[in-house]
Amino acid sequence: MAHAIPTPAATGSVAPSDLAIPVRELAPWLVLGALFALSVLVLISSVQGAITIPEGTAIHEWVHDGRHLLGFPCH
Amino acid sequence: MGARTFLVHGLVAGLLAGIAAFVVAYTVGEPQIDKAIALEEAASAPASDGHDHTHADSDESAGHSHGDEAAVSRTAQSTVGLATGTLAVGVVLGGFTGLLAALGLGRLGSLRPAASTALLAAIGAVSFSIVPFLKYPATPPAVGSGETIDSRTAVYFGFVAVSVAGAVAAIALARWGARRWSGVPGVLAGLGAYALVVVVAAVAFPKIDELGDFPAGILWDFRVSSLLTLLAMWAVIGAVLVALVDRTWRRHSDVRARRELAASL
Repeated sequence: MAHAIPTPAATGSVAPSDLAIPVRELAPWLVLGALFALSVLVLISSVQGAITIPEGTAIHEWVHDGRHLLGFPCH
Repeated sequence: MGARTFLVHGLVAGLLAGIAAFVVAYTVGEPQIDKAIALEEAASAPASDGHDHTHADSDESAGHSHGDEAAVSRTAQSTVGLATGTLAVGVVLGGFTGLLAALGLGRLGSLRPAASTALLAAIGAVSFSIVPFLKYPATPPAVGSGETIDSRTAVYFGFVAVSVAGAVAAIALARWGARRWSGVPGVLAGLGAYALVVVVAAVAFPKIDELGDFPAGILWDFRVSSLLTLLAMWAVIGAVLVALVDRTWRRHSDVRARRELAASL
């Protein structure tokens, strides 16, 4: 999280572009974050509905109202 | 201001958003779900014993019951079950929006951290929830066959994917246009590109109509309540994330200003 030390000339005002976090540093967070977010969304929206694994209907029934009200296809 | 700060802010915002979405869904949405299930059970009563109704298809896993004798009671479904869904979705959407805000920091023209975060949360709400809702609005129980759940889910997430990809491309185009010309034409080019992508996709994607003779009044109330649930979630994600990012940025600039003052002495 090291930031370049700014030149004293710009005292008090920090240009927004100076704050940019390098993509190199952010990429692993974004990749894992996207995969985790997708996993949870599939679990909440589609498991035991459109996707018939795992067997049974317990997860489907448990999150049933959330599926309908969050706009995911359900029945 | 590193990735960790943004992720933590996003997770906090998402948790609060999940709570807000639950409150809205429970107070506004559940009465409509109850009405829809009552209609569904009334319709299926002559065919079966009033429960364990399976949408008249042979695939047992596709059918399920909504009545009090279902595997999960209606009370559980409408309280802890609903909260599970809104909290889980809220936390992952909030956390990921936080990471996107970290990526957008200092990369969206000359926007300050609070403004670039607000813009990304708004783009997330529009591309992930609102535009898909306009093409494939939420449907209450009793609407939608178990036999078509596969194709309905595929086209829904297909449309979401096109909308989100269109938004990403629009941001890239707007940044390129802003460098090439200036800010306003760049942003307008991005907006135009996104509108073009979703309009073409909305025309190209198949229409889903399984409403049958479901009462229009209950359908409208249900869809409004569903949209309010999604809006409450995104509004709280955006508001809390912007407030936290702004607070962190102010502290960050205060510290930096003091260091610069000390260095200049």
